[in-house]
Amino acid sequence: MSEVSPLARFWAEFRANRIAVVALAVVVVIVLLAVLAPLYAPQNPYDLANLMLMDARRPPGYVGSKGFTHWLGTDAQGRDLLSAILYGLRVSLQVGLAAGAVAFALGASLGALAAFMGGKIEILIMRIVDLQLSFPAILLALVLVALLGQGQWQLIAALVTAQYAYFARTAHGAATAERAKDYVAAALSTPLSSARVVFRHILPNCLPPLIVVATVQVANSIALEATLSFLGLGLPVTEPSLGMLIANGFQVLLSGRYWISIYPGVALIVLIVAINLVGDQVRDQLNPRLRR
Amino acid sequence: MSALLEIRDLATHFASATGTVKAVDGVSFDVNAGEIVGLVGESGSGKTITGFSILGLIDAPGRIVAGSIKLEGRELVGLSQGELRKLRGKRIAMVFQDPSTALNPVLSIGEQMRMALAAHESVSRAAADERARDLLARVGIPEPAKRLDAYPHQLSGGMRQRVAIAIALLNRPSLIVCDEPTTALDVSIQAQILAEMRDLARDFGTALIWISHDLATVSALASRLIVMYAGRIVEDGPIGAILRSPRHPYTRGLLDSLPSMAAPGQELRQIPGSMPSLANLPPGCAFAPRCTHADAACNAAPPERRDGERGWRCHHPLIAVPA
Amino acid sequence: MTALIETRDVAKRFREAPSLGERIARLVGAGSDERTVHAVDGISLSVAKGEVLGLVGESGCGKSTLGRMIAGILPPSEGTALIDGVPAMGGGTRPVKTTTRVQMVFQDPFASLDPRMRIGDIIAEGPVANGLIKPGEAAADAARWLATVGLDPSAAQRYPHQFSGGQRQRIAIARALAMRPDALICDEPVASLDVSIQAQIVNLFLKLRRELGLTMIFISHDLSLVRHVSDRVAIMYLGRIVEIGDSRGIFASPRHPYTRALLDSAPALRLGDEDATGFKPIRGELPSPMDPPPGCHFHARCQHADAKCCIEAPVLTGGVACHHPLKEAPQ
Repeated sequence: MSEVSPLARFWAEFRANRIAVVALAVVVVIVLLAVLAPLYAPQNPYDLANLMLMDARRPPGYVGSKGFTHWLGTDAQGRDLLSAILYGLRVSLQVGLAAGAVAFALGASLGALAAFMGGKIEILIMRIVDLQLSFPAILLALVLVALLGQGQWQLIAALVTAQYAYFARTAHGAATAERAKDYVAAALSTPLSSARVVFRHILPNCLPPLIVVATVQVANSIALEATLSFLGLGLPVTEPSLGMLIANGFQVLLSGRYWISIYPGVALIVLIVAINLVGDQVRDQLNPRLRR
Repeated sequence: MSALLEIRDLATHFASATGTVKAVDGVSFDVNAGEIVGLVGESGSGKTITGFSILGLIDAPGRIVAGSIKLEGRELVGLSQGELRKLRGKRIAMVFQDPSTALNPVLSIGEQMRMALAAHESVSRAAADERARDLLARVGIPEPAKRLDAYPHQLSGGMRQRVAIAIALLNRPSLIVCDEPTTALDVSIQAQILAEMRDLARDFGTALIWISHDLATVSALASRLIVMYAGRIVEDGPIGAILRSPRHPYTRGLLDSLPSMAAPGQELRQIPGSMPSLANLPPGCAFAPRCTHADAACNAAPPERRDGERGWRCHHPLIAVPA
Repeated sequence: MTALIETRDVAKRFREAPSLGERIARLVGAGSDERTVHAVDGISLSVAKGEVLGLVGESGCGKSTLGRMIAGILPPSEGTALIDGVPAMGGGTRPVKTTTRVQMVFQDPFASLDPRMRIGDIIAEGPVANGLIKPGEAAADAARWLATVGLDPSAAQRYPHQFSGGQRQRIAIARALAMRPDALICDEPVASLDVSIQAQIVNLFLKLRRELGLTMIFISHDLSLVRHVSDRVAIMYLGRIVEIGDSRGIFASPRHPYTRALLDSAPALRLGDEDATGFKPIRGELPSPMDPPPGCHFHARCQHADAKCCIEAPVLTGGVACHHPLKEAPQ
């Protein structure tokens, strides 16, 4: 029998779902476009010296004063919308991934620790988590941004606080099941330290459900960040993210200047839907109950 | 007299990513009315798949690819699921290893027994309850009238297995296939069920195929033994004769590896190696790689040899040659 | 002879966690009593250095729980389990295991190996973490213990799912041995293996005992297996030891009616064509450990029971806990 690595088997199964493959390709392309934006974007939208007010609110296809075509038009400050979207995606992805990663690490550790320790510590951690899950994430994030002030780090902190609970709950469920298995008893009888048992043995075996939550939560934190920015509570105006671009065009949406809101909105939706489609397929593959 | 059950050249294969798994490959045997036959082998020997094949319980990716199974002269291979359903529970029944999965957790015992009866004949509720009660009492369940209203989770594992046996007996089938029915039970409960099965089979005239990995349990019950290895029968015959002087080296090895066959503390005689993958069987005798008697001849499949009631498939059978 | 393993009145109670509603009901004084399972009910025993003690009983008798307390995985509710005079677990509200001298082999090798670790790491992790070897010696050490249990050292690079049940159990044994233990607690170590593989693992245990002078507690429901590997045997029933003594003596002439019944109910290999089937079942159900009968737990199933047995629990004296012990068979 030939030895097939688990990753190769996972990929072979993933490939069978065409929609998921297309979605994954879209995610990869968007990430590459965003990461490489400074290399090819027609304009640096954050450089105020670059912006011409006379180019403001021009429709798609307008050839600007700098001599290049604004394929998606310009916004109220005369920013090239295509460049602004690409840079905005960068910000959205950065914030979304950073918040997702920190929430993952924090939530998974707390959940696994609660399951391992049991007793009062478990009750304390999980009650806080349950309490938090009973509030809408957006409400929590709004309160935190109001308390912490604006800025990228404050925003990430707010998103983490709003989202770690999902990871904690998932990790707690998975870790409770793993905790009862004999390999944990074996580790305890060696003996190995509690920290090693939790982080080297229990947590790695909880990864499949956590990865599923992570894909969904990265998409959610991107959406949440866009929402906060749309409400004017996100990043500073000088570094517009997708949410703020949508907000900027919102007032003029019905006066025929649709492009300022619509194109960033389309970019946001495509990104979030693509991540969710990938996440759905990953969930189907990692969840043994859904398997035929 | 023709046999109750006649299996000829049965082959049940499973399609898998790594190739065709030949779980059962050319199995033939008979079961006479009222006879208890022990079907013994290790995991992967095909004993359970043989039992499932008889009841038509093979699902995709598995398929009976060849052979014939005749019950009371009627061919079962190729029957539709509907026809098989009519037969199952009526003429032929099965008792599974894990009684908790065989019983429906949300229906009371009485309801399940009534349904099992109603599937094959129309009886009044009172008559059905009467029969259910009698049978529960017969399989050793105390206060059977009360148990009719109980749900499976309210019973112990041993009691659940008794209920499963009672359901199997409801329509007085001529054959019950028992797949490791006592493996999950404690020693003392296992002994109770063994004793009851033996008496029930005798009183009802029901033939049993007793599938097990445990030679001692089978020897307490069966009159005939079939030993399987890697999807084929390697030896069959009267149980006493086989256990006293096995002809196939695998049977010998199984017996010798039992702790009761050695003095305490002495090394057990072990069979080296492990069962080959059923997707990738060696040509010829499947046991040859683990056999101390194997030689070049074993690269060809050994033919079945018969001597009276005994049969074996080995190029080098362990027969004491008179000097 | 000095005792390497000793338990002093160890008991383990499991309390069913009450639901929120029940806790509230109890606060206002309307709740039912807590349901407690006496899994192990005050057991004192000792195992001498180099000795193998077989621990036999049916499900719910507490043999695994006792084994886990001695192995330092479960803290006892009462009493202590000592390894060479030192408690297996430290004190405090969250007791942790303090000794490396006792190790455990579990029943199901499919559950007892971390599926995400390589075999080499599984074996060497414990000794490195406990400072028994240096990290640089891990590979050589893993190879050495793999060889000891009869596996090729190349196995170190592979993952548990690439091995059969018997091979995995060998790996689990290698992991236990790598901690250089004096004592090994084996909890049904061959019960989930095929017959022909069981013999291989039993032989491995016999070899290890011979070569490493290990002290072992061998937990099993299989009487013939326990008889084969043990010097002494303890029979448990619902959390208590009902009989303990020299293996040969117990199997030849048991003194507790439960031991007798257990021996009689195991079907023996029937070699003759005689109709007698060679086993006698015990009557009655195994009582729930949640609600054990008063007095001698076995009285409801015992032919010799009288009024005293229903009230007074017999004390383990002279190796048997019974008001009416069976006479020893004349030799």
